[in-house]
Amino acid sequence: MIFEEFINYYNYFITLFLMSSGLYIVVARGNMVKKLVGLGLFQTSVYLLYLSPGKILGGTPPILAEGYEVYSNPLPHVLILTAIVVGVATLGLGLALVVRIHEAYGTIEEDEIFSKGDDLQEEDNKNSTLPGDAK
Amino acid sequence: MSEALINTVLLSLLACITIGIVRTRNLFGVVVLSGIYSLLIASVMMVLDAVDVAMTEASVGAGMSTVLLLGTLYLTKGHEMKAFKPPLLPLFVAIGVGAMLVYGTIDLPPFGAADQPVNQHVGPDYLARSKPETGIPNVVTSVLASYRGFDTLGETTVVFTAGIGILMLLRRRRKKDDTLREGEK
Repeated sequence: MIFEEFINYYNYFITLFLMSSGLYIVVARGNMVKKLVGLGLFQTSVYLLYLSPGKILGGTPPILAEGYEVYSNPLPHVLILTAIVVGVATLGLGLALVVRIHEAYGTIEEDEIFSKGDDLQEEDNKNSTLPGDAK
Repeated sequence: MSEALINTVLLSLLACITIGIVRTRNLFGVVVLSGIYSLLIASVMMVLDAVDVAMTEASVGAGMSTVLLLGTLYLTKGHEMKAFKPPLLPLFVAIGVGAMLVYGTIDLPPFGAADQPVNQHVGPDYLARSKPETGIPNVVTSVLASYRGFDTLGETTVVFTAGIGILMLLRRRRKKDDTLREGEK
């Protein structure tokens, strides 16, 4: 049945959709906060990619108890727990960098930073000061 | 069957939210949408039997990340600029990568099957050994803290390093503010 086939692979298709949207945001959008949100989309799609094969239909969460025989695979859960915490650490560091960039350049748009960086470099050659301190 | 159905509905909602995130230019809207996204993905994880992961994602993804993003918006700007040129190349790259990945997915075993290779070796082994060897009924906890304790140690190191990095980046800022204020006096 086509519908069943569709359900069987729906998890993977949505995962891949999230993955390519995340990739698109990271590459196409110049705003740095948006880029970090896109990176988050990409990360969560990887979580789904790991968790989907570990699920067994009709199974229960891997907490051992009497009366239950079928448990889902606990190993992907452990790996993804680690990944989530590392992901939020990355996000925090990235946002701190965004705040710092906003201080130095007055903007968080990539295009404006590039054009400003060129201007500052010219000034730099004249005055020989650092771009961050020039403002 | 109902499990698969709930899963399908939640994933469809997730796809809608993602389209919203891509299209919205107001950054506050993007942050709110990403909070909704995290909550939805936590529900999907619940359906996928990953209860510990769902709890972590709901607290860390929907809670902490949103707070961090809102704090950054408070310190920076709230609106995204329109791009100078239409992003054709990124679109092409994203669609190309997506198509290649779909091609690779077709050979994977179907969703929820108990007899796929990933559920044959290590997983059942942990399930069988956890109770007699560690005495903890929650297998995720026993694997995380006991069998893969070094992984968790490495994770803590990463978080510690990130914390130091954030402190160094933001401390420099406070010093600069002080010198500015002294300059005003």
